[in-house]
Amino acid sequence: MSGTMARLVLFRLGVMLVSLVIVAFAVFFATEMLPGNVVEILLGQSATPQAVAALRHAMHLDQPAFVQFLHWLAGLLSGNLGHSYVNNISVSTLIGERLANSLRLAAITTVVSVPISLALGITSAIFRGSLYDRIVSVVSISVVSVPEFLVATTAVLIFAVQLQWLPALSLTNNVHGWFGQLKIYAMPVMTLSFVISAQMIRMTRAAVIDTLNTPYCEMALLKGSSRRRVVLRHALPNALGPIANAVALSLSYLIGGVIIVETIFDYPGMAKLMVDAVSTRDIPLIQSCAMIFAITYLLLVTIADLMIIVSNPRLRK
Amino acid sequence: MTKWDITNWTSRDDAMVEEAIRHGVSRRDLLKMLVAGGVGLAAGGSIITRASAAVASTPKRGGSVTAAGWSASTADTLNPVMSSLSTDYVRCAALYNRLTFLDEHGKIQMELAESIDSKDAKTWTVKLRKGVTFHSGKTLTADDVIYTLKLNKQKSAKAHSLAKQMERFKKIDDRTFQIILANPNADLPVILSLVHFFIVQDGTTDFSKGNGTGAFVLKEFKPGVRSVMDRNPNYWKENQPYLDSFEFIAISDNSARVNALLTNQIQLAGSINALSKRRLEKEKAIKLLISNSGDYTDLIARLDMSPGDKAGFVTGLKYLINRDVIRHAVMRDLAVVANDQPIPPNDRYYNKNLAPKPYDPDKAKHYFKKAGVLGQSIPIVASPAATSSVDMALVLQQAGDSIGMPFKVKRVPSAGYWSNYWLKGPIDFGNINPRPTPDILFSLFYASDAPWNESHFKSEKFDKMLVQARGMLDQNKRKEIYDEMQVMVSEHAGTVIPVWIANMDAMSTKLKGLRPNPLGGLMGYSFAEYVWLDS
Repeated sequence: MSGTMARLVLFRLGVMLVSLVIVAFAVFFATEMLPGNVVEILLGQSATPQAVAALRHAMHLDQPAFVQFLHWLAGLLSGNLGHSYVNNISVSTLIGERLANSLRLAAITTVVSVPISLALGITSAIFRGSLYDRIVSVVSISVVSVPEFLVATTAVLIFAVQLQWLPALSLTNNVHGWFGQLKIYAMPVMTLSFVISAQMIRMTRAAVIDTLNTPYCEMALLKGSSRRRVVLRHALPNALGPIANAVALSLSYLIGGVIIVETIFDYPGMAKLMVDAVSTRDIPLIQSCAMIFAITYLLLVTIADLMIIVSNPRLRK
Repeated sequence: MTKWDITNWTSRDDAMVEEAIRHGVSRRDLLKMLVAGGVGLAAGGSIITRASAAVASTPKRGGSVTAAGWSASTADTLNPVMSSLSTDYVRCAALYNRLTFLDEHGKIQMELAESIDSKDAKTWTVKLRKGVTFHSGKTLTADDVIYTLKLNKQKSAKAHSLAKQMERFKKIDDRTFQIILANPNADLPVILSLVHFFIVQDGTTDFSKGNGTGAFVLKEFKPGVRSVMDRNPNYWKENQPYLDSFEFIAISDNSARVNALLTNQIQLAGSINALSKRRLEKEKAIKLLISNSGDYTDLIARLDMSPGDKAGFVTGLKYLINRDVIRHAVMRDLAVVANDQPIPPNDRYYNKNLAPKPYDPDKAKHYFKKAGVLGQSIPIVASPAATSSVDMALVLQQAGDSIGMPFKVKRVPSAGYWSNYWLKGPIDFGNINPRPTPDILFSLFYASDAPWNESHFKSEKFDKMLVQARGMLDQNKRKEIYDEMQVMVSEHAGTVIPVWIANMDAMSTKLKGLRPNPLGGLMGYSFAEYVWLDS
């Protein structure tokens, strides 16, 4: 790795850290501004002013917001996410299994959808304008246009209720063996793949076509390279940047944005946990969830950026 | 296909026949009823035989059931004193016991208490059952019960307002103690049957173990996800519970709950939306349980504001609201017509002689004319926050149009409805959850100084009768007073209560033993120890 590249990589990582601090700041103060007051919710009808003040003091809510922020940040750095206001269980316990569930669902969806999307995108770029290209375009656009609750509900009605092949709910416990896992993940993964694949297919196709139109690809073609060689050796490495970005954006959605799929399949993941936390004004839990979503997003985008830097031959010497 | 196959016979009709048999209706009367309803004689005979078999079959031991409620969050708790969601109640009912239990006919049954007696309704002596043990192995004593009741007196407890009247407790021996109330209240045994009065072990501060005297022992509890329980082999009720294990999850989405039931992933689904009723009635393997409860949405006209203060206006409303249309079209038959007072038909104090006002537009027109408001455009505030109130307002509006009484329905959003519109008048809607006793209902919603006196109904005579009945141990005398109070509310208060809203649970036909209960759906949340699986 050359000096330029190392500098770029380090700079990019630095940007990520700065963004994280800014995000933490924003998350903390945004949750501070949430309407509703956890103390009043906890006390219910017995929320006399004295009781509210006493509980606020006990929960350190009467300190200045900035002091609370520093406390929270220090806790975050030492891995202590605090305790849930609502049931006094530590936030890391509440998040632990849910995060694992979300990551598992995201990973399986990634493994299924990314190769398919890239293959479809690249091939339709190669056969641009052909019948195959047009079919892929039409199908991917129509799939992304159907809302995911409709896809999910229709899938349940067909595969679970009518055919009885798959379970209607994706309950993660009591599942044994590879086949059992396959059964409970089949419908959620299918639904999510529908949602995220279209964007990846379109972006990949556009990026590859863009590079195929460049003079160096034309040159390679004129020199007698096979079409396959032109695409794989000359066009694809230069299209990697935009493709990586499209993939990163699609995947970041899989951790925090899948509330509909989690609800329909009753899958205990992070999105539902966060919605719960908001409705009960459980601030430490909301903050931790928001931070996890932000970190996932930043990580994926940073990885995409790093891939652009590393794959750029001009930065190698 | 048998030859008596009837095309439109549904599982709900089966349930109705079973219910009739349980109440002692003879085979002959049943046949008469069925034939009158267009069912052939042979077919009717088979239906009754089938239903009788269902009623007579004895509980079987074994098996495991997964049931699903409708609400769950990380706020789920096993602390009965702090529980606030239906799912909490179900879990607590499986793990703990109360002193008393309200049965399907609204009668008080003894659970952990052997007897609860009082001479003056102020000092109550509670005798506890012998040989009851907690899951931890400790024997139940008066200390445990007193500890639990004291927890309920804490300011933060959900039932604080009910428990604070228990002024002092006096332990007499290990199995006997006294509750001394601030003022006489004959309803104490009913109050003790509420879901917040599950008995915990003395000194418990960590409730996550679910250490109670109940039918099931906790195996796993994950807030917002699921809880798993195993049969308690030392349970004090003979033979109960019937299930070996019991799992409770929550599926917040109605159609997901229905689909899970259809695919047999769960055997019981609580609180099913009326829209799914027809879909489920078609399924042979699914039956429905409809529980009539005291839940209602009422139209409120403030009696101290125009136009509610004009004599005759409220009476006009009571004649103009088409209760049958609301029951059938708005509630899709999941409701019972009501008579403008808050005590539900399954309560022992319900006044059977007080008939609902019929739909009579001509009479209504007469009363509106008398009040001098006929032809004036009158706004009604409705909101999705008060169950079905928007539809009810529209039914009223249409009826009004037919007699030249134009109502303007003002639909407002759910958010903030209870603080910004409810009780503010002049005409809006309220939604009242079931309360266990007439005293609580009248004290909260109709006493002159009641904080939630929706229509500002004021009557000195009513207030006096309320206090008088509260401390009265003679049930018959008490019923007389409550009967009269119901008439007073029905005639003079500014609240129009068109229907009682029912709750519908759906379950596999293999699941037996569930009965409706006045405390709410899922057999008053306590089905776990009563149900069994038929192979």
